[in-house]
Amino acid sequence: MSEDRSEYSHEDEVLERIEAWRRRRPKLKDEYINSAHGAGGKASAALIDAVFLEAFRNKTLESMSDGAVLELPSGERLAFSTDGFVVKPRRFPGGSVGDLAVNGTVNDISMMGAVPQWISASFVIEDGFSIAELRDIVADMAAAAIKAGVTIVTGDTKVVDKGACDGVYITTAGVGVIPAGVHLDAKSVQPGDKVIVSGKIGDHGVAVLIARGDLALEADIPTDSAPLGELVEHLLAAAPNTRFLRDPTRGGVATVLNELAREAEVSVVIQEDTIPIRNIVNGACEILGIDPLYVANEGKLVAVVPAEEADAALAAMKAHEFGADAAIIGEIRDDPPGIVIINTFFGGNRIVDMLVGDPLPRIC
Amino acid sequence: MKFVDEYRDPAAARSILEHITKLSAGGHYKFMEVCGGHTHTIYKHGIENVLPETVELVHGPGCPVCVIPMGRVEDAIAVAETPGVIFTSFGDMMRVPGANGNLLEAKARGADVRMVYSPLDALRIAIANPDKQVVFFAVGFETTAPSTAVTLIKAREKGIRNFSLFCNHVTIVPPLKAILESPDLRLDGFLGPGHVSTVIGNRPYRFVPKTYKLPLVTAGFEPLDILQAILMLLRQIDEGRCEVENQYTRAVPEHGNIKALEVINTVFELRPHFEWRGLGFISQSALKLREEFADWDAELKFAIPGVRVADPKACQCGEVLKGVIKPWECKVFGTACTPETPIGTCMVSSEGACAAYYNYGRFTKHQTVPVELSSKTPAAV
Repeated sequence: MSEDRSEYSHEDEVLERIEAWRRRRPKLKDEYINSAHGAGGKASAALIDAVFLEAFRNKTLESMSDGAVLELPSGERLAFSTDGFVVKPRRFPGGSVGDLAVNGTVNDISMMGAVPQWISASFVIEDGFSIAELRDIVADMAAAAIKAGVTIVTGDTKVVDKGACDGVYITTAGVGVIPAGVHLDAKSVQPGDKVIVSGKIGDHGVAVLIARGDLALEADIPTDSAPLGELVEHLLAAAPNTRFLRDPTRGGVATVLNELAREAEVSVVIQEDTIPIRNIVNGACEILGIDPLYVANEGKLVAVVPAEEADAALAAMKAHEFGADAAIIGEIRDDPPGIVIINTFFGGNRIVDMLVGDPLPRIC
Repeated sequence: MKFVDEYRDPAAARSILEHITKLSAGGHYKFMEVCGGHTHTIYKHGIENVLPETVELVHGPGCPVCVIPMGRVEDAIAVAETPGVIFTSFGDMMRVPGANGNLLEAKARGADVRMVYSPLDALRIAIANPDKQVVFFAVGFETTAPSTAVTLIKAREKGIRNFSLFCNHVTIVPPLKAILESPDLRLDGFLGPGHVSTVIGNRPYRFVPKTYKLPLVTAGFEPLDILQAILMLLRQIDEGRCEVENQYTRAVPEHGNIKALEVINTVFELRPHFEWRGLGFISQSALKLREEFADWDAELKFAIPGVRVADPKACQCGEVLKGVIKPWECKVFGTACTPETPIGTCMVSSEGACAAYYNYGRFTKHQTVPVELSSKTPAAV
């Protein structure tokens, strides 16, 4: 046994060395952009760090959150966020690039605890694009804005040469007010806190992938695209000490939990058999060889709440139409920091790491 | 789609594990899973940390992406960057590094590189783009060779001349022999490769017990398959038997898939020798196109540099593949060599031993406490 123990400690030593290496600032070594730079993983982080942050550096941007928190002279706080939408195909079961463009930005604002209010929309359109299709997309945006309770108050239109973009790209930005007393921050997460996911994971990514039609796979999976503002309101009312919220879009639940573990310097342990997922999504992922934990959602959130508020938070979410399948999937621990571990339903465990490449490009 | 659940039942697993623990008590058994698919399952489900300490798994060479040497990747990039070429590849291969980057980077520089899920997709691209030359980067063991072969037969039937194959198909038995011949190897048995065996059957492995006196059990890819195959190996050892057994009977016929073997034989013949990443040159270990299919052979159609690129010196993949060292014992593991910037073969695909350990296996020894799923008790860890 003593020999075993020394072997383990040697392994631990190696692992710690590797962790130290991993925590270094990501270095941008590439000379040209490739799809990994847009995938939200390590390559994206390296690009943002070396190019954007380097040039724009300021305190608000450095928080590297989904949006910025801006304090007004009156002491009120605004949440401000922007997002571009290039999904292919533009229409898929249950939604279109139009719904996403509104819900994506609305949800980023909601995840900061703010009540989304105003949205801007900017269109880059390819020469020759059908105005009828543009009308349909814009109608979807209008309907989504009503549902989310936001107003689209300003915009811009550009037309580029044929081939210079693929149909239409939409960029939205949004502003919301953060109610007094709401302070969501990854750094406030404590060991013992519970991790809740608001519903079945992976629907959007799989819906888009199947709608793309190049997989010879047919299944009726609609996107989960939905505005989460009201769900957040109910959650914060039931669990006022909620520590952290994020919508697991590109990169899925796994990426959100990894970012959380890094930022809060905690370990996140999740329980595989508690993660809500449709059988059909699980089956499609199995066939495609992708892990549903990394697949995008457009109408789900991950919440971290103190243990004593977890049941109330769960009940409040389950009572809402967009949280009916919510479940506690894990908890925060202190060791090993920065690492997400999953206890498999088989009784074993493994780590859930940041994704390297992107298995599903252009899903939002 | 509930088809996999019955092979992942935790209660059934516990029962098999009890038998494994009992049979292995007092010994230490090292079994190699030959196939990368097994390595992936083992890490994905955390099988190593449910096994007793008396059973150790060594992760073998059977990852078709990992074994492609750097020089061949360089050749692929040269073809992809030829004007007028659409280069098609499985997604995994696109991140495999050559001496100067990978196919994704070639794509970023302007090459038309497209990911496909099957060689037939590549053929469809050729039909849709008659003014382009479409090349398919064929990799894989006997598992994928039949679908490549069928695609080529179709291309010939339909007279599609703008399609060709950059053939890197390999065969499973020669590297197995190479590993068994290695003097520093210490193994007690093999989990045989399930997918390959659906094509070639179980007979080709008979040399393992006969010549090398080691048992081999062909195994399926679900967690229970792996556990059951380990138990079958332990039973053989316990009962003093040494033979080839089939755990994966639901998919592997004893004599293989005769039709698939026929199409392979129609299209391919053995190369005199082929370089394996981490293992070096192994004779008669890979396939090339027969003379009759020369018109579809990218190696004849395009100027291929064919430069041999030596494996990096720091890399200890060969020792990892033979089970001499664990992934984390390699000097560059996790620092210079990571899944984003792999140096060696085992770090390249998610089926490689080092990548599987890096992606799934780090930090898992101490964390098996289940999560408390209600408000009442904060975790006591």
